[in-house]
Amino acid sequence: MSRAALLVLADGRFPAGGHAHSGGAEPAVTAGRITDAATLETFCRGRLHTAGLVAAGLAAAAAAGHDPLLLDDAADARTPVPALRQVARRLGRQMMRAARATWPSAALDALAAARPRGAHQPVVLGLAARSAGLAPLDAAHAAAYESISGPAGAAVRLLSLDPFDATAVLARLAADVDRVAQQGADAAERVVAEGTDALPAASAPLLDITAQQHAAWPVRLFAS
Amino acid sequence: MTLALDTPARPEGTRAPSAAGLRATARILARPDSVGLTRLPVLDGDGPLALRRVGAPGRQARVCVVGAMSAPLGGDRLGLDATVEAGGALCVTAAAATVALPGRTGEPAHYDVRLTVGDGARLDWLPEPLISAAGSDLRMTTTVELAPTARLVLREEQVLGRSGEETGALRSRLTVRRAGRTLLDQETAYGPGVPGWDGSAVLGGHRAVGQFLVVSPDFDDRPADVRLLGAAAGERSAADEGQGVLAPLAGPAVLATAVAPDALRLRRLLDEAARSAAAG
Repeated sequence: MSRAALLVLADGRFPAGGHAHSGGAEPAVTAGRITDAATLETFCRGRLHTAGLVAAGLAAAAAAGHDPLLLDDAADARTPVPALRQVARRLGRQMMRAARATWPSAALDALAAARPRGAHQPVVLGLAARSAGLAPLDAAHAAAYESISGPAGAAVRLLSLDPFDATAVLARLAADVDRVAQQGADAAERVVAEGTDALPAASAPLLDITAQQHAAWPVRLFAS
Repeated sequence: MTLALDTPARPEGTRAPSAAGLRATARILARPDSVGLTRLPVLDGDGPLALRRVGAPGRQARVCVVGAMSAPLGGDRLGLDATVEAGGALCVTAAAATVALPGRTGEPAHYDVRLTVGDGARLDWLPEPLISAAGSDLRMTTTVELAPTARLVLREEQVLGRSGEETGALRSRLTVRRAGRTLLDQETAYGPGVPGWDGSAVLGGHRAVGQFLVVSPDFDDRPADVRLLGAAAGERSAADEGQGVLAPLAGPAVLATAVAPDALRLRRLLDEAARSAAAG
């Protein structure tokens, strides 16, 4: 396995379209729930341990070679609002294009053919990691980190937050990212015996409610 | 000769003076008879879960769960199994809120609800809120198995702390399978030991959170519309009325998710969702 492949996959410049999404930060800024680095950190910690944990489990399971279509169904069952299912599939489709160009594999081709409108992004991310020769824990790290790097980057643009402060938030959450990635990878190991029910299903009510609300805004800076 | 029982029978409302928690599983079986009335061949309360039949036999049987003593306490393992056989109709309510309280040993309490609904059958599962008292630790699961043409109406409300107190630790998983496929799988985790639970991504300071779910084959042809509830719908008011969303799942079902400052305002949002879901 190549550690550098993980850097390529997790790089914010990996052309998978994530920069257009705020991960719920835009509605949280508008509602006055994120106003500075401290409130950004609170938001990110909650997102990491809910949506981030679910994504880490799905990505690790896909990287371990579990059936991506069953994982895609499991992702649907864990995503109760249509706005977030649509975003996950749109991001999955963009991740699929980038991954097939970067680390071509028969498994990616098969999933692209089975889900032409896109599979849930963490499933595609996990399969991309597998194609790159990475381990399930690597895929979980990439998914967990992405769950907070997106909102942190968006907050810089939405609030004119100092990028140093936003990056310091990510650094302060590094131990939490490690823990969430490990939880996701541990859960993925249990899929063999217990099926996809073993994967985390942590929910964040406000992320669901505000994502659906945000999708109806006529004017917004971010797609989600 | 007869053997003496280890545990003497004790009247309802008291607890054995044991540090270990109690184990109890209550069971309900609803079955339609030859003229279409739903009968209750099994209605077995157990421990703190006493069951009462409500009203005369009808197309829909009605059962009320009456808390016969304080529970769940830390260390308790409670279960409630309800099955509605094909063609039957059952509505289960509760007489009062369930309060999770600390036990003597610091062990978590477990409460597992298993609901099974057959083809053409309908279950309305409408308990009162679950209140997580300070110092309590409850792990709850609600697992629903639905036949392809089963109908389900389910409400779940969690209140974090009694009035003016801190919340206990509450972890609750709701899994709904229909025709063998998982339709909904959601775990909520709040309170001490759960990172980020009170933050702006999860509850944002709200202390009541709930879901209202309707599963029906009617949604196969006609998926429900999205509807925003309370403050999410842009209804501005001085007091925080809470907010929520009613939206279709990836399957023939609609789910409302809502957060509010207290149980009263949460119920108002979920009632609004219920009216909207019924209107289609």
